[in-house]
Amino acid sequence: MATETTTIFSPELAARFDKLVTQYPVRRSALIPMLLYAQDEVGYLSPAVIAEVAVRVGIKESDVLSVLSYYSLLRTKPAGKFNVQVCTNICCMLRGGNELFEHCKKRLGVGNKGVTPDGVFSLEEVECIGACSWAPAVQINYDFHENLTPESMDSLLEDYRAKAGK
Amino acid sequence: MAFLTTHPDVVPLISYRFGKGATSIDKYLELDGYKSVQKAIAMGPEAIITEMKASGLRGRGGAGFPTGLKWSFVPKQSAKPKYVLVNGDESEPATCKDRLIFEHDPHSVIEGTIIAGLAVGAKMGFIYLRGEYRYLLKIMEKAIDEAYAKGFLGKNIFGSGIDFEAISHTGAGAYEVGEESALMESLEGKRGIPRIRPPFPAVVGLYGGPTIINNAETLATVPHIFRIGGAEYAKLGTERNGGTRLFCLSGHIEKPGVYELPMGYNLKKMIYDVGGGIPGGKKLKAVVPGGSSTPVLLPEEIDIGMDFDQVGKAGSMLGSGGVVMLDETVCMVEFALRTMKFYQHESCGWCIPCREGTDWLKKSLTRLHAGGGVDKDIDNIKYLAENMLGRTFCPLGDAAAMPTIAFVQKFRKEFEDHLDGKGCPYHHSLEHEAVLA
Repeated sequence: MATETTTIFSPELAARFDKLVTQYPVRRSALIPMLLYAQDEVGYLSPAVIAEVAVRVGIKESDVLSVLSYYSLLRTKPAGKFNVQVCTNICCMLRGGNELFEHCKKRLGVGNKGVTPDGVFSLEEVECIGACSWAPAVQINYDFHENLTPESMDSLLEDYRAKAGK
Repeated sequence: MAFLTTHPDVVPLISYRFGKGATSIDKYLELDGYKSVQKAIAMGPEAIITEMKASGLRGRGGAGFPTGLKWSFVPKQSAKPKYVLVNGDESEPATCKDRLIFEHDPHSVIEGTIIAGLAVGAKMGFIYLRGEYRYLLKIMEKAIDEAYAKGFLGKNIFGSGIDFEAISHTGAGAYEVGEESALMESLEGKRGIPRIRPPFPAVVGLYGGPTIINNAETLATVPHIFRIGGAEYAKLGTERNGGTRLFCLSGHIEKPGVYELPMGYNLKKMIYDVGGGIPGGKKLKAVVPGGSSTPVLLPEEIDIGMDFDQVGKAGSMLGSGGVVMLDETVCMVEFALRTMKFYQHESCGWCIPCREGTDWLKKSLTRLHAGGGVDKDIDNIKYLAENMLGRTFCPLGDAAAMPTIAFVQKFRKEFEDHLDGKGCPYHHSLEHEAVLA
């Protein structure tokens, strides 16, 4: 397994991964959380991330690729600093989810899975995020924003843009 | 933060500690926390299962299988370790109830997990949360750490001589993983594809050991059953449908929200009294009673009690408790299409009827909605869906097929109104024109 001297992760994350693999009856059970946490730190699952994770859980890189291609939150390309995930599933659709997604496209000037040229935002149409009674809803990275209108969406995006230091 | 919505008919049993700061273990203890597990330790496995059977609790994930009975299927002797797996992958569109439990009362999930472990002789529990619920994972992790610090988890819990470990676990985005066997695959670090059954997880489950898999709401309910007693709990609901459940009202409703109501609560009352009716004085067109996979009900079919048996008798399912109201402005073909788009996206691709079926249904519905449909498309959609039913390893195929069949059966005229190049009578969008071009 990877030692601290060879890891591409921060010392904190590497230590967390060292512990994670020991918590389950089999090391491989740590794979999916590990990929997600690695993505949180690195931004996406780069070949280097995949290589190290494969060693840490003791499986082939091709097996890691097979697994990660199944899960919708995992990505092999960078997203924006703030990934705007707009739900358009049935409950959000009934309360303006499609219109909200169209609004975000215009506002950010990108299409589905697009990244703004400054790298601040990426946009994604997503399936149900579990905010059905507070629709329409979006998730920006892991934060939920609910009962949105195009107007409140605008001010939300402004807040995030300010956070990005632009 | 998400909150429970109030109404005079709400019975705060599962939600007893919501909004009271019970994420902290001290507050949880103050509010009768971890008393039920001590009761259960004193009772022993057989009495625990008897109490669960008396409660009439049925699985809150959607299938409604009696929980006590499920637990009784786990063999007493097993060469391999037994496990408890909490399904918090909440992903069925219209369902947002487990979120509230994790957010407001994480210790109830832990306590329920330990009780399930005591009942079947499992020494380890996994609490699996969907990847989108990161803020809830942090709440769960903290709660588990607190429980370890108090000696409620780990070696010799409550001085009983029994050991029980628990960890939380995150998914990474997949509806299919909410299916019990795919959930186990995912927890083992694999693609979430279903396993063939039998053997059922109670006999051969996680890591090959006997495994209890319950929905998060089901397990969070367990400590409350032991708090008030199985018989008392059963009395809150209707025959063979004990207790209360969290109903998530969404769509075209004046007061959307999550409400804890007794099992068997009248659906019409739920919509017009609890939910405040349909906004803007519009007429109700349809109700999806239990999450996106459940067959749609017409306004004349909603004077029913919301329990597994009564909704079943009405030709649908109580499902996961997500109740979606659709007003007269909704195009049912578009709604059917959006539903199918979801299932097509989420099909894991393992079984051909589901993988190909959802794809063709999406294509057919897209064309029909855009006005490019031909007469036989309508029957073909129904025929395709009917032939997916019961022909897949897991219920995702059924979940896609059942609502589709109901949409065609109950709204055939609306499907026909889209034919002959007319397109959607409700609205045209650029997307439709693009499909036709």
